[in-house]
Amino acid sequence: MIQIENLTFEYGAGGFRLRIPEFALGYRDRVAIVGPSGSGKTTLLNLIAGLLTADTGRIAVAGTEVSALSDAARRRFRAAQIGFVFQDFALLDYLSARQNILYPYRITPALTLDDAARDRTETLAAACGIADKLERHPSALSQGEQQRVAICRALVTQPKLILSDEATGNLDPESKARILDLLFAQASEVGAAVLAVTHDHELLPRFERVLDFAQFREGTAT
Amino acid sequence: MNALYLAFAYLRYHWARSLVLILVAGLIIFVPVATRILLSTSERALVARGQATPLLLGSRGSRLDLTMAALYFSDERPDPVPMREVEAVWDSGLAIPIPVHTAFSSGGFRIVGTTLDYFDFRDLTLRDGRGLSVLGDAVIGADVAEALGKTVGDTLVSAPENLFDLDGVYPLEMPIVGVLAPTNSPDDRAIFVDIKTAWVIQGIGHGHEDVVTASDIASGSAALANAAVVQYQRITPDNIESFHFHGSQDDYPASAVIVVPNDTRSATILKGRYLDSAAPAQLIEPAAVIQGLVDRIFRIKSLLDVVTAIIAVAACAAVGLALFLSYRLRAREISTAVKLGARRGMVLRLLAAETVTLLLISGGIAASGALVVSRNAGAWVGWLLALGA
Repeated sequence: MIQIENLTFEYGAGGFRLRIPEFALGYRDRVAIVGPSGSGKTTLLNLIAGLLTADTGRIAVAGTEVSALSDAARRRFRAAQIGFVFQDFALLDYLSARQNILYPYRITPALTLDDAARDRTETLAAACGIADKLERHPSALSQGEQQRVAICRALVTQPKLILSDEATGNLDPESKARILDLLFAQASEVGAAVLAVTHDHELLPRFERVLDFAQFREGTAT
Repeated sequence: MNALYLAFAYLRYHWARSLVLILVAGLIIFVPVATRILLSTSERALVARGQATPLLLGSRGSRLDLTMAALYFSDERPDPVPMREVEAVWDSGLAIPIPVHTAFSSGGFRIVGTTLDYFDFRDLTLRDGRGLSVLGDAVIGADVAEALGKTVGDTLVSAPENLFDLDGVYPLEMPIVGVLAPTNSPDDRAIFVDIKTAWVIQGIGHGHEDVVTASDIASGSAALANAAVVQYQRITPDNIESFHFHGSQDDYPASAVIVVPNDTRSATILKGRYLDSAAPAQLIEPAAVIQGLVDRIFRIKSLLDVVTAIIAVAACAAVGLALFLSYRLRAREISTAVKLGARRGMVLRLLAAETVTLLLISGGIAASGALVVSRNAGAWVGWLLALGA
């Protein structure tokens, strides 16, 4: 699913430097990334998503060499192949839960909003237990419900890879496990791999693999 | 399409903020447009009335007062012009003179004593009733009828000029015999009577009981006219024969005389006759007087334009700041959209769609307002001009 070889990335001359000689992630894998703050965990997610460009090395996702794509192709690739789940949910307050889930279809021509996408919204919402809350705005939802909406948004486009950045960081301990299980279950449904940054060591047993980032860090990142 | 969808969703959710921005932007657009419409309508109305009145004859004095009194029935009272000047114009055969007497009022509206020629000259038509035919008849403008709730068959009483002057002007009760169709001109706010009726109000003409009766003549008693003789305050079929005028009609006053020359040559000859600055009367072109007034108003308008522009710039800056702060607050949303695959251009398009939507709604509201102003400008300007008068 993901192949990384001889990756290097540097934030400015003499700043934080990330170096990953080799990393691989299989289809449907669930891998946690741990490490101290500033070790480059989020930077790696951004490099995989094509939001940052590596200085050297190769990143391939689902057979596509991301680092070789043009900006436009990277955007199309990101929209179609990658789902994001953020720590702060990143929901839009002015859209209902349903509109938030379908938001990716509204912002990129790479995705076409059709009946199938609308049906998937219903199915995902039902699976995540928010079917009756689809017309509510985020301000009328609990934090757990907001993260469920964010998970639905990440999965509605049927991506091959879910990148999760502290997705459970703002939730209470009970909700953390539930949300993570939900993310795994729904990712399995669409056949997506999950690469999740987390600081929560209690959740690590739920992952198939843990990648400790301390080994890759050179310098200091934010 | 998606950008508009999201823009509309954003504006709808933040409706209070959107409403304030829309109203502010709408006002920025509406105020100068409405001002321009009203001013140009005022200019047209003022100039049209002036241009429709070829020449104006009056006593020498303020040309503006004379014009305002004769055309707009304002409170200004130019020195009266004697009726011999009207006769002089008649006798010249160069023009038709139409005297107007605007010294009195009733119910807050000016009583305009004139001749039947005035109605033809101004192309006034009756909505109800008939025209002036008998001494004491009154025909009222459309606004007078509406404001006073009067119609044909009702009566009007002229306002006494001085309650404590026993020798002064006494109120005269006048039957309303006709109501004019609206014209969006000062005529709507005037009470028209025959000029002789105006003279009756002024006390130049009057009616009273016979001082000498048949029994007096039979008994050979001396006739004595004193305060016991009943003066009529209403002209009726029974007493109309007793109304009479004292003195020479040549000396009877008019506020001004509208002069309608036969042709340009006649107008030129007539103007030449009143060039002598020592002559008691003057013949003026109201259009030139009004144009001078309009030029003055439009010089003030230039100042108003500058003030409006300054306010508009300040308001635009405030709206721009509000939008800029809004965009800064939405930096996280922009970042999310980019991560989910949006182009930065798409985000800009989304923000532009919001701004354009706001401006379109504001523009729509301003345009609707301007349309309302435009449709009613004639009536409002007529009302404003009458109010000013």
